[in-house]
Amino acid sequence: MRECSLMKVRILVSYKDSVLDPQGQTVKNALHSLGYDFIKDVRQGKVFEIILEGLSQKEAEKIIPQISDRVLANPIIEKFSCQIINNKS
Amino acid sequence: MKFGVVIFPGSNCDYDTFYVLRDTFKQDTVFLWHKEHDLKNADCVILPGGFSYGDYLRSGAIAKFSPLMQEVKEFALKGGLVLGICNGFQILMELGLLPGAMLRNKNLKFLCQFVNLKLENDKTHFTHNGKRGDVLEIPIAHYEGNYFAPPDKIHELETNNRVVLRYSDAEGRINEEANVNGSLGNIAGIINKTGNVMGMMPHPERASEALLGSTDGRIIFQSIIDRIES
Repeated sequence: MRECSLMKVRILVSYKDSVLDPQGQTVKNALHSLGYDFIKDVRQGKVFEIILEGLSQKEAEKIIPQISDRVLANPIIEKFSCQIINNKS
Repeated sequence: MKFGVVIFPGSNCDYDTFYVLRDTFKQDTVFLWHKEHDLKNADCVILPGGFSYGDYLRSGAIAKFSPLMQEVKEFALKGGLVLGICNGFQILMELGLLPGAMLRNKNLKFLCQFVNLKLENDKTHFTHNGKRGDVLEIPIAHYEGNYFAPPDKIHELETNNRVVLRYSDAEGRINEEANVNGSLGNIAGIINKTGNVMGMMPHPERASEALLGSTDGRIIFQSIIDRIES
C-alpha cells in the first residue's frame, strides 16, 4: 500500500570547490569590513525546498538526486546535497 | 537561404537579429516560437540573446527544456547550422551541444560595452569570410559571460582549434587586461566538434549596421549565408 504522505526535501546547490565564487568573496570582504576577522571563507549557494506527495522515502531518495542533477544544478560547475527535512505520514 | 530565430519568453534580441537578417542581409527570416515543434525548414537556427525565463534558476537552464529544443538538438546532431548569441550560447551549453558553462563576470558587473575580439579560427562556417588575426569590434551585454569548462574540455577546445573568438586588445593581443569578464583563455566564442554549432557571447547583430558604431559583426552572418548558398 502506498504511503499517502507529505514530505519536505531540502536541496543545497553551490559552486564546486574548483570554481571561483566572487559573490562569496564579496560577502566575506563585507563581513571583514564589519570587523568579523575570524571569517576565513564564504561560499554562496542556493536552497530549494520541495514538498512531495505520495512518494515513499526510498522513492524520494532515488528521484530527488536525479532531479537535482538534471534541473536544479549544473553539474559542470555546481554540486548539490539533498536532505529529507520532515516526513509526515 | 532561410534563417529561423527562436523566441523564448524573456528573449529580447530576437527582433534585432530578425531585422538585421531580413533588412540588412535581405534574407528570408522567420521567428520560431519555443513551444512549437517546427523549424520551418530553416537552414540556420539562431538562439538570440536576452533573458529567457528571466535567467531564473540559471541562464538558459529552463529554456533547454522548451519543446522546440528537441528539434533544435536533432537539427544540430544532423549537421544543421546553429548559432547561439549570448543567452543563446548559454542555452546551447545547458543543452549539451557545446561544452562548458558561464559563471558571473569576475568583477560582478553587468558589462555593456564594445570589446575587441581576435578571430582565431577563420575556417568555420561562421567565420570563413574573415581572416585569422582579424580584430573585430563587437559589443557585449552580459552579467554571466565568464566562460568555464573543466581542464580536459579546455584542452580539447584548444588543441582542436575550436576556440573561434577571444577577448583581445585593439592590436589582437590576448592578455588579462583585455579579458573583461574573467573567461578561461579569454574565450568569447567556440564551436562544437563537428563545426556546425557556434556559441558566442558578443552580439554580432548589434554590429551589423554602421549607424550602431561597427559592422564587424557582419562577418558572422555573411559567412553563414555564403556557406549555405554555395
